[in-house]
Amino acid sequence: MQDQTNTSTSHSIDETDHGYNFAYLDEQTKRMIRRSILKAVAIPGYQVPFGSREMPLPYGWGTGGIQVTASIIGPEDTLKVIDQGADDTTNAVSIRRFFAHTAGVATTETTGDATVIQTRHRIPETPLTPGQILVYQVPIPEPLRWLEPRESETRKMHALKEYGIMYVRLYEDISRFGHISTAYDYPVIVNGRYLMRPSPIPKFDNPKMDNNPALQLFGAGREKRIYAVPPYTEVKSLDFRDYPFQIQKWEDSCALCGAADSFLDEIIIDDQGGRMFVCSDSHYCGERQDAGHRGRDPSEMPDATPNPTDIAETA
Amino acid sequence: MMQETEIPLLRVSRLTHYYDYIVGCRNVSFDLYPGEVLGIVGESGSGKSTLLNCISARMEPTGGSVEYDTRAEGMRDLFGLTEAERRMLMRTDWGFVHQNPRDGLRMSVSAGANIGERLMAVGARVYEDIRESSADWLSRVEFDTERMDHLPSTFSGGMQQRVQIARNLVTGPRLIFMDEPTGGLDVSVQARLLDLLRELVDDLGLSAILVTHDLAVARLLSHRLMVMRGGEVVETGLTDQVLDDPQHPYSQLLVSSVLQA
Ligand SMILES: [Zn+2]
Repeated sequence: MQDQTNTSTSHSIDETDHGYNFAYLDEQTKRMIRRSILKAVAIPGYQVPFGSREMPLPYGWGTGGIQVTASIIGPEDTLKVIDQGADDTTNAVSIRRFFAHTAGVATTETTGDATVIQTRHRIPETPLTPGQILVYQVPIPEPLRWLEPRESETRKMHALKEYGIMYVRLYEDISRFGHISTAYDYPVIVNGRYLMRPSPIPKFDNPKMDNNPALQLFGAGREKRIYAVPPYTEVKSLDFRDYPFQIQKWEDSCALCGAADSFLDEIIIDDQGGRMFVCSDSHYCGERQDAGHRGRDPSEMPDATPNPTDIAETA
Repeated sequence: MMQETEIPLLRVSRLTHYYDYIVGCRNVSFDLYPGEVLGIVGESGSGKSTLLNCISARMEPTGGSVEYDTRAEGMRDLFGLTEAERRMLMRTDWGFVHQNPRDGLRMSVSAGANIGERLMAVGARVYEDIRESSADWLSRVEFDTERMDHLPSTFSGGMQQRVQIARNLVTGPRLIFMDEPTGGLDVSVQARLLDLLRELVDDLGLSAILVTHDLAVARLLSHRLMVMRGGEVVETGLTDQVLDDPQHPYSQLLVSSVLQA
Protein backbone atom coordinates (compact mmCIF):
# COMPACT_ATOMS: atom_id res chain seq x y z
CA MET A 1 0.00 0.00 0.00
CA GLN A 2 2.21 2.77 -1.35
CA ASP A 3 1.56 6.34 -0.26
CA GLN A 4 0.07 8.17 -3.27
CA THR A 5 1.92 11.44 -2.65
CA ASN A 6 5.08 9.42 -2.19
CA THR A 7 6.35 11.54 0.69
CA SER A 8 7.30 8.52 2.75
CA THR A 9 10.29 6.41 1.82
CA SER A 10 9.39 3.44 -0.28
CA HIS A 11 9.00 0.17 1.56
CA SER A 12 11.30 -2.72 0.91
CA ILE A 13 9.60 -5.74 -0.55
CA ASP A 14 10.01 -7.54 2.76
CA GLU A 15 8.10 -4.91 4.61
CA THR A 16 4.41 -5.32 5.32
CA ASP A 17 1.76 -2.61 5.49
CA HIS A 18 2.02 -2.52 9.24
CA GLY A 19 5.45 -0.98 9.49
CA TYR A 20 7.07 -4.23 10.59
CA ASN A 21 9.71 -6.06 8.71
CA PHE A 22 8.56 -9.42 7.30
CA ALA A 23 7.90 -11.72 10.28
CA TYR A 24 8.54 -8.84 12.71
CA LEU A 25 12.31 -9.29 13.22
CA ASP A 26 14.72 -7.11 11.23
CA GLU A 27 16.88 -8.84 8.64
CA GLN A 28 20.09 -8.46 10.63
CA THR A 29 18.57 -10.18 13.65
CA LYS A 30 17.20 -12.95 11.47
CA ARG A 31 20.62 -13.50 9.90
CA MET A 32 22.18 -13.69 13.35
CA ILE A 33 19.57 -16.22 14.49
CA ARG A 34 19.99 -18.24 11.29
CA ARG A 35 23.73 -18.45 11.94
CA SER A 36 22.98 -19.87 15.40
CA ILE A 37 20.49 -22.32 13.85
CA LEU A 38 23.07 -23.47 11.29
CA LYS A 39 25.58 -24.05 14.05
CA ALA A 40 22.95 -25.93 16.05
CA VAL A 41 22.16 -28.14 13.07
CA ALA A 42 25.86 -28.81 12.54
CA ILE A 43 26.29 -29.92 16.19
CA PRO A 44 23.11 -31.88 16.98
CA GLY A 45 21.89 -31.33 20.54
CA TYR A 46 24.45 -28.65 21.36
CA GLN A 47 23.06 -25.45 22.87
CA VAL A 48 24.08 -22.44 20.80
CA PRO A 49 23.78 -19.01 22.44
CA PHE A 50 22.01 -16.33 20.45
CA GLY A 51 21.21 -12.66 20.99
CA SER A 52 17.57 -13.07 21.93
CA ARG A 53 15.42 -10.03 21.06
CA GLU A 54 12.53 -8.56 22.97
CA MET A 55 9.33 -9.82 21.39
CA PRO A 56 5.86 -8.31 21.71
CA LEU A 57 4.77 -11.37 23.72
CA PRO A 58 5.78 -12.23 27.29
CA TYR A 59 8.35 -14.92 28.09
CA GLY A 60 6.57 -18.21 28.66
CA TRP A 61 4.59 -17.54 25.50
CA GLY A 62 7.35 -19.04 23.48
CA THR A 63 9.46 -16.06 22.50
CA GLY A 64 12.39 -18.41 21.74
CA GLY A 65 10.27 -20.51 19.40
CA ILE A 66 8.77 -17.40 17.82
CA GLN A 67 12.19 -15.95 17.04
CA VAL A 68 13.29 -19.24 15.46
CA THR A 69 10.08 -19.41 13.40
CA ALA A 70 10.45 -15.73 12.39
CA SER A 71 13.98 -16.40 11.17
CA ILE A 72 13.16 -19.41 9.01
CA ILE A 73 9.69 -18.67 7.70
CA GLY A 74 9.18 -17.39 4.15
CA PRO A 75 6.15 -16.05 2.27
CA GLU A 76 5.52 -19.47 0.68
CA ASP A 77 5.41 -21.31 4.00
CA THR A 78 2.32 -22.68 5.69
CA LEU A 79 2.33 -22.43 9.48
CA LYS A 80 0.68 -24.60 12.09
CA VAL A 81 0.88 -23.69 15.77
CA ILE A 82 -0.04 -26.09 18.56
CA ASP A 83 -0.10 -25.80 22.31
CA GLN A 84 -0.63 -28.97 24.36
CA GLY A 85 -1.59 -30.63 21.10
CA ALA A 86 -4.39 -28.21 20.30
CA ASP A 87 -4.54 -25.54 17.60
CA ASP A 88 -7.18 -23.48 19.37
CA THR A 89 -5.65 -22.50 22.74
CA THR A 90 -5.05 -18.81 23.44
CA ASN A 91 -1.31 -19.25 23.09
CA ALA A 92 -1.52 -21.08 19.78
CA VAL A 93 -4.06 -18.65 18.37
CA SER A 94 -1.96 -15.62 19.41
CA ILE A 95 1.19 -16.97 17.79
CA ARG A 96 -0.65 -17.97 14.61
CA ARG A 97 -2.22 -14.50 14.39
CA PHE A 98 1.14 -12.90 15.04
CA PHE A 99 2.65 -14.55 11.96
CA ALA A 100 -0.45 -14.15 9.83
CA HIS A 101 -0.25 -10.45 10.67
CA THR A 102 3.51 -9.82 10.44
CA ALA A 103 4.40 -12.25 7.67
CA GLY A 104 1.10 -12.76 5.89
CA VAL A 105 1.76 -16.50 5.69
CA ALA A 106 -0.90 -19.12 5.21
CA THR A 107 -1.85 -20.99 8.36
CA THR A 108 -3.31 -24.43 8.80
CA GLU A 109 -4.40 -26.89 11.45
CA THR A 110 -3.58 -29.84 9.23
CA THR A 111 -0.23 -31.34 10.20
CA GLY A 112 0.43 -32.71 6.72
CA ASP A 113 -0.17 -29.32 5.06
CA ALA A 114 2.18 -27.35 7.29
CA THR A 115 5.77 -26.61 6.29
CA VAL A 116 6.58 -25.07 9.66
CA ILE A 117 4.98 -26.24 12.92
CA GLN A 118 5.61 -24.32 16.10
CA THR A 119 4.79 -26.33 19.19
CA ARG A 120 4.59 -26.21 22.91
CA HIS A 121 4.38 -29.50 24.84
CA ARG A 122 3.60 -31.95 22.00
CA ILE A 123 4.81 -33.53 18.79
CA PRO A 124 1.90 -34.14 16.36
CA GLU A 125 0.63 -37.71 16.15
CA THR A 126 0.63 -37.61 12.33
CA PRO A 127 4.16 -38.60 11.29
CA LEU A 128 6.20 -35.67 9.99
CA THR A 129 7.65 -35.77 6.50
CA PRO A 130 10.90 -34.64 4.83
CA GLY A 131 11.03 -30.88 4.39
CA GLN A 132 8.88 -30.06 7.39
CA ILE A 133 10.34 -28.08 10.29
CA LEU A 134 9.16 -28.53 13.87
CA VAL A 135 9.97 -25.57 16.16
CA TYR A 136 9.78 -26.22 19.88
CA GLN A 137 9.23 -23.56 22.52
CA VAL A 138 11.73 -24.25 25.31
CA PRO A 139 11.40 -22.84 28.83
CA ILE A 140 14.62 -24.28 30.31
CA PRO A 141 17.24 -25.57 27.88
CA GLU A 142 19.94 -26.87 30.23
CA PRO A 143 19.36 -30.51 31.26
CA LEU A 144 22.06 -30.38 33.95
CA ARG A 145 20.76 -27.24 35.63
CA TRP A 146 18.66 -29.11 38.24
CA LEU A 147 21.83 -30.35 39.96
CA GLU A 148 24.48 -27.89 38.83
CA PRO A 149 23.63 -24.20 39.02
CA ARG A 150 26.99 -22.98 37.67
CA GLU A 151 26.93 -22.33 33.91
CA SER A 152 30.74 -22.66 33.69
CA GLU A 153 30.50 -26.15 35.18
CA THR A 154 27.60 -27.35 33.00
CA ARG A 155 29.49 -26.20 29.90
CA LYS A 156 32.48 -28.20 31.01
CA MET A 157 30.29 -31.24 31.68
CA HIS A 158 28.88 -31.04 28.15
CA ALA A 159 32.34 -30.52 26.67
CA LEU A 160 33.67 -33.59 28.48
CA LYS A 161 30.44 -35.57 28.05
CA GLU A 162 30.13 -36.01 31.81
CA TYR A 163 26.51 -37.08 31.97
CA GLY A 164 26.58 -39.57 34.84
CA ILE A 165 24.77 -37.03 36.98
CA MET A 166 21.65 -37.33 34.80
CA TYR A 167 21.39 -40.96 35.78
CA VAL A 168 21.37 -39.85 39.43
CA ARG A 169 18.01 -38.30 38.73
CA LEU A 170 16.63 -41.51 37.23
CA TYR A 171 18.16 -43.44 40.15
CA GLU A 172 16.29 -41.20 42.59
CA ASP A 173 13.05 -41.73 40.68
CA ILE A 174 13.34 -45.49 40.94
CA SER A 175 14.37 -45.43 44.61
CA ARG A 176 11.42 -43.25 45.49
CA PHE A 177 8.67 -44.53 43.22
CA GLY A 178 9.81 -47.94 42.03
CA HIS A 179 10.00 -46.75 38.44
CA ILE A 180 11.32 -43.82 36.41
CA SER A 181 8.59 -41.32 37.19
CA THR A 182 9.92 -38.50 35.01
CA ALA A 183 7.09 -38.16 32.50
CA TYR A 184 7.80 -34.84 30.73
CA ASP A 185 10.95 -33.18 29.44
CA TYR A 186 12.57 -36.60 29.65
CA PRO A 187 16.32 -36.30 28.95
CA VAL A 188 17.79 -37.66 25.72
CA ILE A 189 21.19 -38.13 24.11
CA VAL A 190 21.33 -36.74 20.59
CA ASN A 191 23.49 -38.41 17.95
CA GLY A 192 25.33 -40.33 20.68
CA ARG A 193 26.92 -37.12 21.94
CA TYR A 194 24.99 -34.27 23.54
CA LEU A 195 22.55 -34.52 26.41
CA MET A 196 19.41 -32.56 25.54
CA ARG A 197 16.16 -31.45 27.14
CA PRO A 198 13.36 -32.03 24.65
CA SER A 199 11.26 -29.28 26.33
CA PRO A 200 8.20 -30.32 28.36
CA ILE A 201 6.75 -32.76 25.83
CA PRO A 202 5.46 -36.02 27.34
CA LYS A 203 7.97 -38.86 27.17
CA PHE A 204 5.33 -40.48 24.95
CA ASP A 205 6.67 -38.19 22.21
CA ASN A 206 10.36 -38.99 22.77
CA PRO A 207 10.46 -41.90 20.30
CA LYS A 208 9.05 -39.58 17.61
CA MET A 209 12.18 -37.41 17.84
CA ASP A 210 14.36 -40.37 16.94
CA ASN A 211 15.31 -40.62 13.27
CA ASN A 212 12.56 -38.16 12.33
CA PRO A 213 12.59 -37.00 8.68
CA ALA A 214 11.71 -33.43 9.75
CA LEU A 215 14.17 -30.83 11.02
CA GLN A 216 13.61 -30.17 14.73
CA LEU A 217 14.62 -26.76 16.11
CA PHE A 218 14.44 -25.69 19.74
CA GLY A 219 14.32 -22.06 20.88
CA ALA A 220 14.67 -20.79 24.46
CA GLY A 221 13.97 -17.04 24.60
CA ARG A 222 14.72 -16.19 28.21
CA GLU A 223 17.89 -18.27 28.35
CA LYS A 224 18.93 -17.29 24.81
CA ARG A 225 19.71 -20.76 23.49
CA ILE A 226 18.97 -22.56 20.24
CA TYR A 227 19.55 -26.24 19.61
CA ALA A 228 18.57 -28.68 16.90
CA VAL A 229 18.02 -32.27 15.87
CA PRO A 230 18.68 -32.56 12.12
CA PRO A 231 16.56 -34.96 10.04
CA TYR A 232 17.25 -38.67 10.54
CA THR A 233 19.30 -38.20 13.70
CA GLU A 234 19.42 -40.69 16.55
CA VAL A 235 17.67 -39.47 19.71
CA LYS A 236 17.94 -41.87 22.63
CA SER A 237 16.08 -41.56 25.92
CA LEU A 238 18.22 -42.20 29.01
CA ASP A 239 17.48 -45.32 31.02
CA PHE A 240 18.92 -48.21 33.02
CA ARG A 241 19.31 -51.67 31.54
CA ASP A 242 17.02 -53.13 34.21
CA TYR A 243 14.60 -50.17 34.02
CA PRO A 244 14.31 -49.54 30.27
CA PHE A 245 12.70 -46.39 28.89
CA GLN A 246 8.93 -46.74 28.54
CA ILE A 247 6.28 -44.42 27.20
CA GLN A 248 2.97 -43.62 28.87
CA LYS A 249 0.23 -46.19 28.27
CA TRP A 250 -3.53 -46.01 28.71
CA GLU A 251 -6.04 -48.76 29.26
CA ASP A 252 -8.60 -46.71 27.35
CA SER A 253 -8.58 -45.59 23.78
CA CYS A 254 -9.81 -42.16 22.67
CA ALA A 255 -13.51 -41.76 23.49
CA LEU A 256 -14.05 -39.70 20.36
CA CYS A 257 -12.03 -41.36 17.61
CA GLY A 258 -11.08 -44.70 19.17
CA ALA A 259 -7.36 -44.12 18.62
CA ALA A 260 -5.31 -46.52 20.73
CA ASP A 261 -1.94 -45.13 19.65
CA SER A 262 -2.20 -41.45 20.59
CA PHE A 263 -1.44 -39.42 23.72
CA LEU A 264 -4.65 -39.10 25.72
CA ASP A 265 -5.83 -36.29 27.96
CA GLU A 266 -8.23 -37.06 30.77
CA ILE A 267 -11.34 -34.94 30.56
CA ILE A 268 -13.90 -34.53 33.33
CA ILE A 269 -17.33 -34.57 31.74
CA ASP A 270 -19.67 -33.89 34.66
CA ASP A 271 -19.56 -33.01 38.34
CA GLN A 272 -20.33 -36.61 39.37
CA GLY A 273 -16.73 -37.58 38.65
CA GLY A 274 -17.48 -38.81 35.14
CA ARG A 275 -14.44 -38.73 32.92
CA MET A 276 -13.20 -39.81 29.57
CA PHE A 277 -9.97 -39.93 27.65
CA VAL A 278 -9.52 -38.06 24.38
CA CYS A 279 -6.62 -37.41 22.04
CA SER A 280 -4.46 -34.47 23.11
CA ASP A 281 -3.74 -33.85 19.40
CA SER A 282 -7.07 -32.29 18.45
CA HIS A 283 -6.32 -32.21 14.72
CA TYR A 284 -5.38 -35.88 14.64
CA CYS A 285 -8.55 -36.77 16.53
CA GLY A 286 -10.74 -34.66 14.24
CA GLU A 287 -9.18 -36.16 11.13
CA ARG A 288 -9.87 -39.67 12.43
CA GLN A 289 -13.47 -38.80 13.26
CA ASP A 290 -13.91 -37.31 9.79
CA ALA A 291 -12.70 -40.62 8.40
CA GLY A 292 -15.48 -42.36 10.33
CA HIS A 293 -13.57 -43.62 13.37
CA ARG A 294 -15.48 -43.55 16.63
CA GLY A 295 -14.75 -44.29 20.29
CA ARG A 296 -14.99 -47.79 21.74
CA ASP A 297 -18.50 -47.48 23.19
CA PRO A 298 -20.54 -45.07 21.08
CA SER A 299 -23.81 -46.00 22.87
CA GLU A 300 -22.66 -44.04 25.91
CA MET A 301 -21.77 -41.11 23.72
CA PRO A 302 -24.73 -40.25 21.48
CA ASP A 303 -22.98 -37.17 20.16
CA ALA A 304 -19.36 -37.94 19.44
CA THR A 305 -18.44 -34.31 19.98
CA PRO A 306 -19.05 -33.42 23.61
CA ASN A 307 -20.65 -30.12 24.47
CA PRO A 308 -17.70 -27.81 25.20
CA THR A 309 -19.50 -26.25 28.16
CA ASP A 310 -19.44 -29.61 29.91
CA ILE A 311 -15.74 -30.02 29.49
CA ALA A 312 -13.19 -28.94 32.02
CA GLU A 313 -9.69 -30.07 31.29
CA THR A 314 -7.94 -31.70 34.20
CA ALA A 315 -4.84 -29.92 35.43
CA MET B 1 55.92 -49.97 54.15
CA MET B 2 58.46 -48.02 52.10
CA GLN B 3 60.61 -50.33 50.09
CA GLU B 4 63.34 -48.71 48.06
CA THR B 5 62.59 -50.88 45.03
CA GLU B 6 58.92 -49.92 44.92
CA ILE B 7 57.62 -47.33 42.46
CA PRO B 8 55.99 -44.38 44.22
CA LEU B 9 52.29 -43.81 43.60
CA LEU B 10 52.75 -40.06 43.75
CA ARG B 11 55.91 -38.01 43.26
CA VAL B 12 55.93 -34.34 44.22
CA SER B 13 58.99 -32.41 43.03
CA ARG B 14 59.96 -28.86 44.03
CA LEU B 15 56.30 -27.88 44.17
CA THR B 16 55.84 -24.14 44.54
CA HIS B 17 52.77 -21.98 44.50
CA TYR B 18 52.51 -18.22 44.75
CA TYR B 19 49.36 -16.17 45.17
CA ASP B 20 50.51 -13.08 43.28
CA TYR B 21 53.66 -12.34 45.31
CA ILE B 22 52.64 -14.21 48.44
CA VAL B 23 54.10 -17.65 49.00
CA GLY B 24 51.51 -20.41 49.28
CA CYS B 25 54.05 -23.20 49.47
CA ARG B 26 57.64 -23.44 48.29
CA ASN B 27 59.94 -26.14 47.07
CA VAL B 28 58.10 -29.13 48.49
CA SER B 29 59.30 -32.58 47.39
CA PHE B 30 58.29 -36.05 48.54
CA ASP B 31 57.30 -39.49 47.30
CA LEU B 32 54.19 -41.31 48.48
CA TYR B 33 54.27 -45.10 48.25
CA PRO B 34 51.35 -47.50 47.84
CA GLY B 35 49.64 -48.12 51.18
CA GLU B 36 51.32 -45.18 52.86
CA VAL B 37 49.54 -42.44 54.81
CA LEU B 38 51.31 -39.10 54.89
CA GLY B 39 50.19 -36.49 57.41
CA ILE B 40 50.82 -32.83 56.67
CA VAL B 41 50.64 -30.77 59.86
CA GLY B 42 51.00 -27.10 60.61
CA GLU B 43 49.05 -24.13 61.79
CA SER B 44 46.65 -22.24 59.58
CA GLY B 45 48.63 -20.27 57.03
CA SER B 46 51.41 -22.84 57.00
CA GLY B 47 50.71 -23.69 53.38
CA LYS B 48 49.35 -27.18 54.03
CA SER B 49 46.00 -26.47 52.35
CA THR B 50 47.68 -24.86 49.33
CA LEU B 51 49.90 -27.90 49.04
CA LEU B 52 46.93 -30.27 49.27
CA ASN B 53 45.02 -28.37 46.61
CA CYS B 54 48.00 -28.45 44.23
CA ILE B 55 48.76 -32.13 44.78
CA SER B 56 45.14 -33.10 44.28
CA ALA B 57 45.00 -31.11 41.01
CA ARG B 58 42.35 -28.79 42.34
CA MET B 59 44.76 -25.92 41.69
CA GLU B 60 47.61 -25.63 39.20
CA PRO B 61 50.88 -24.81 40.99
CA THR B 62 53.16 -21.97 39.88
CA GLY B 63 56.13 -24.31 39.67
CA GLY B 64 57.37 -27.85 40.20
CA SER B 65 55.60 -31.04 39.27
CA VAL B 66 53.20 -33.67 40.57
CA GLU B 67 53.42 -37.10 38.96
CA TYR B 68 51.02 -39.96 39.51
CA ASP B 69 51.34 -43.64 38.65
CA THR B 70 48.24 -43.93 36.45
CA ARG B 71 46.72 -47.38 35.93
CA ALA B 72 46.83 -47.10 32.16
CA GLU B 73 50.08 -45.32 31.39
CA GLY B 74 52.24 -45.34 34.53
CA MET B 75 53.88 -42.13 35.79
CA ARG B 76 52.25 -39.05 34.28
CA ASP B 77 52.57 -35.37 35.12
CA LEU B 78 49.14 -34.34 36.41
CA PHE B 79 49.18 -31.04 34.61
CA GLY B 80 50.24 -32.70 31.38
CA LEU B 81 47.02 -34.73 31.37
CA THR B 82 44.02 -33.42 29.49
CA GLU B 83 41.30 -31.96 31.68
CA ALA B 84 39.09 -34.93 30.80
CA GLU B 85 41.79 -37.39 31.94
CA ARG B 86 42.40 -35.40 35.11
CA ARG B 87 38.70 -35.22 36.01
CA MET B 88 38.32 -38.95 35.34
CA LEU B 89 41.29 -39.67 37.61
CA MET B 90 39.80 -37.49 40.35
CA ARG B 91 36.50 -39.33 40.40
CA THR B 92 37.75 -42.86 39.96
CA ASP B 93 41.27 -43.54 41.21
CA TRP B 94 41.23 -40.71 43.77
CA GLY B 95 39.00 -39.59 46.57
CA PHE B 96 38.77 -36.31 48.44
CA VAL B 97 37.25 -36.16 51.91
CA HIS B 98 36.37 -32.59 52.80
CA GLN B 99 36.12 -31.25 56.33
CA ASN B 100 32.62 -30.02 55.62
CA PRO B 101 30.50 -32.85 54.19
CA ARG B 102 28.50 -30.23 52.28
CA ASP B 103 31.57 -29.67 50.09
CA GLY B 104 31.81 -33.35 49.24
CA LEU B 105 28.16 -34.43 49.04
CA ARG B 106 25.20 -33.49 46.90
CA MET B 107 22.78 -32.38 49.56
CA SER B 108 19.74 -32.53 47.25
CA VAL B 109 19.96 -36.26 46.49
CA SER B 110 19.79 -39.33 48.74
CA ALA B 111 22.74 -41.02 50.43
CA GLY B 112 22.42 -43.95 48.01
CA ALA B 113 22.47 -41.66 44.97
CA ASN B 114 25.48 -39.79 46.36
CA ILE B 115 27.43 -43.02 46.36
CA GLY B 116 25.97 -44.36 43.12
CA GLU B 117 26.82 -41.17 41.26
CA ARG B 118 30.49 -42.09 40.96
CA LEU B 119 29.56 -45.47 39.51
CA MET B 120 27.10 -43.93 37.06
CA ALA B 121 29.77 -41.41 36.06
CA VAL B 122 31.95 -44.26 34.84
CA GLY B 123 29.15 -45.97 32.96
CA ALA B 124 27.23 -48.17 35.44
CA ARG B 125 23.77 -48.58 33.90
CA VAL B 126 22.16 -51.37 35.92
CA TYR B 127 20.10 -49.87 38.72
CA GLU B 128 20.08 -52.93 40.98
CA ASP B 129 23.88 -53.26 40.77
CA ILE B 130 24.38 -49.59 41.58
CA ARG B 131 22.02 -49.82 44.52
CA GLU B 132 23.72 -52.94 45.82
CA SER B 133 27.14 -51.27 45.70
CA SER B 134 25.78 -48.19 47.47
CA ALA B 135 24.26 -50.32 50.21
CA ASP B 136 27.45 -52.36 50.52
CA TRP B 137 29.63 -49.28 50.94
CA LEU B 138 27.21 -47.68 53.36
CA SER B 139 27.33 -50.75 55.57
CA ARG B 140 31.13 -50.78 55.36
CA VAL B 141 31.19 -47.28 56.85
CA GLU B 142 28.70 -48.48 59.51
CA PHE B 143 25.81 -46.48 58.15
CA ASP B 144 22.26 -47.80 58.57
CA THR B 145 21.24 -48.85 55.04
CA GLU B 146 17.58 -48.44 56.02
CA ARG B 147 18.26 -44.75 55.61
CA MET B 148 20.01 -44.87 52.25
CA ASP B 149 17.09 -43.19 50.48
CA HIS B 150 17.12 -40.23 52.85
CA LEU B 151 18.70 -36.87 52.13
CA PRO B 152 22.08 -36.10 53.77
CA SER B 153 20.58 -33.08 55.52
CA THR B 154 18.60 -35.46 57.76
CA PHE B 155 21.83 -37.06 59.07
CA SER B 156 24.15 -35.99 61.88
CA GLY B 157 27.56 -34.53 60.98
CA GLY B 158 29.28 -37.82 61.76
CA MET B 159 26.86 -39.77 59.57
CA GLN B 160 27.23 -37.26 56.73
CA GLN B 161 30.97 -37.77 56.94
CA ARG B 162 30.50 -41.55 56.66
CA VAL B 163 28.41 -41.07 53.53
CA GLN B 164 31.11 -38.83 52.09
CA ILE B 165 33.74 -41.48 52.79
CA ALA B 166 31.61 -44.20 51.19
CA ARG B 167 31.05 -41.98 48.13
CA ASN B 168 34.81 -41.70 47.74
CA LEU B 169 35.54 -45.38 48.18
CA VAL B 170 32.91 -46.90 45.90
CA THR B 171 35.06 -46.69 42.77
CA GLY B 172 37.98 -48.48 44.44
CA PRO B 173 40.40 -45.54 44.50
CA ARG B 174 44.09 -45.99 45.33
CA LEU B 175 44.68 -42.51 46.76
CA ILE B 176 42.55 -40.50 49.17
CA PHE B 177 43.09 -36.87 50.10
CA MET B 178 41.69 -35.84 53.47
CA ASP B 179 41.31 -32.26 54.63
CA GLU B 180 40.66 -32.18 58.41
CA PRO B 181 38.29 -35.15 57.96
CA THR B 182 37.11 -35.14 61.57
CA GLY B 183 37.24 -31.40 62.19
CA GLY B 184 34.08 -29.88 63.59
CA LEU B 185 32.82 -33.14 65.10
CA ASP B 186 32.25 -33.95 68.78
CA VAL B 187 35.19 -35.71 70.42
CA SER B 188 33.40 -39.07 70.81
CA VAL B 189 32.08 -38.99 67.24
CA GLN B 190 35.53 -37.99 66.05
CA ALA B 191 37.17 -40.93 67.82
CA ARG B 192 34.81 -43.47 66.23
CA LEU B 193 35.27 -41.96 62.80
CA LEU B 194 39.06 -42.02 63.16
CA ASP B 195 38.94 -45.71 64.07
CA LEU B 196 36.80 -46.37 61.02
CA LEU B 197 39.13 -44.42 58.73
CA ARG B 198 42.16 -46.27 60.04
CA GLU B 199 40.47 -49.64 59.51
CA LEU B 200 39.40 -48.77 55.98
CA VAL B 201 42.82 -47.48 55.00
CA ASP B 202 44.43 -50.67 56.37
CA ASP B 203 41.87 -53.08 54.90
CA LEU B 204 41.89 -51.51 51.46
CA GLY B 205 45.62 -50.80 51.38
CA LEU B 206 44.88 -47.18 50.50
CA SER B 207 47.43 -44.46 50.16
CA ALA B 208 46.37 -41.21 51.75
CA ILE B 209 47.45 -37.64 52.25
CA LEU B 210 45.96 -36.17 55.39
CA VAL B 211 46.05 -32.48 56.18
CA THR B 212 45.33 -31.55 59.78
CA HIS B 213 46.24 -29.12 62.49
CA ASP B 214 45.36 -31.81 65.04
CA LEU B 215 48.46 -33.79 65.99
CA ALA B 216 46.37 -36.46 67.74
CA VAL B 217 44.55 -37.15 64.46
CA ALA B 218 47.86 -37.15 62.60
CA ARG B 219 49.36 -39.63 65.07
CA LEU B 220 46.45 -42.02 64.79
CA LEU B 221 46.26 -42.11 61.00
CA SER B 222 49.64 -41.31 59.47
CA HIS B 223 52.75 -43.39 58.99
CA ARG B 224 54.85 -40.39 58.12
CA LEU B 225 54.60 -36.71 58.97
CA MET B 226 55.57 -33.49 57.24
CA VAL B 227 55.65 -30.36 59.39
CA MET B 228 55.02 -27.14 57.48
CA ARG B 229 55.58 -23.54 58.37
CA GLY B 230 55.42 -20.43 56.19
CA GLY B 231 54.89 -22.48 53.06
CA GLU B 232 57.93 -24.69 53.58
CA VAL B 233 58.54 -28.14 54.99
CA VAL B 234 60.60 -27.82 58.17
CA GLU B 235 60.73 -31.46 59.16
CA THR B 236 59.80 -34.88 57.75
CA GLY B 237 59.96 -38.28 59.40
CA LEU B 238 58.13 -41.26 60.76
CA THR B 239 55.14 -40.05 62.75
CA ASP B 240 56.30 -41.34 66.14
CA GLN B 241 59.79 -39.94 65.64
CA VAL B 242 58.53 -36.48 64.72
CA LEU B 243 56.01 -36.33 67.54
CA ASP B 244 58.15 -37.96 70.27
CA ASP B 245 61.50 -36.52 69.32
CA PRO B 246 61.05 -33.44 67.11
CA GLN B 247 64.30 -32.06 65.72
CA HIS B 248 63.33 -28.68 64.31
CA PRO B 249 62.65 -25.91 66.88
CA TYR B 250 59.27 -25.18 65.28
CA SER B 251 58.25 -28.85 65.45
CA GLN B 252 59.30 -28.86 69.09
CA LEU B 253 57.14 -25.81 69.73
CA LEU B 254 54.17 -27.34 67.90
CA VAL B 255 54.43 -30.62 69.80
CA SER B 256 54.93 -28.98 73.19
CA SER B 257 52.01 -26.58 72.72
CA VAL B 258 49.79 -29.54 72.03
CA LEU B 259 51.07 -31.37 75.09
CA GLN B 260 50.35 -28.34 77.22
CA ALA B 261 46.86 -27.90 75.83
ZN1 LIG C 1 -9.09 -39.14 19.31
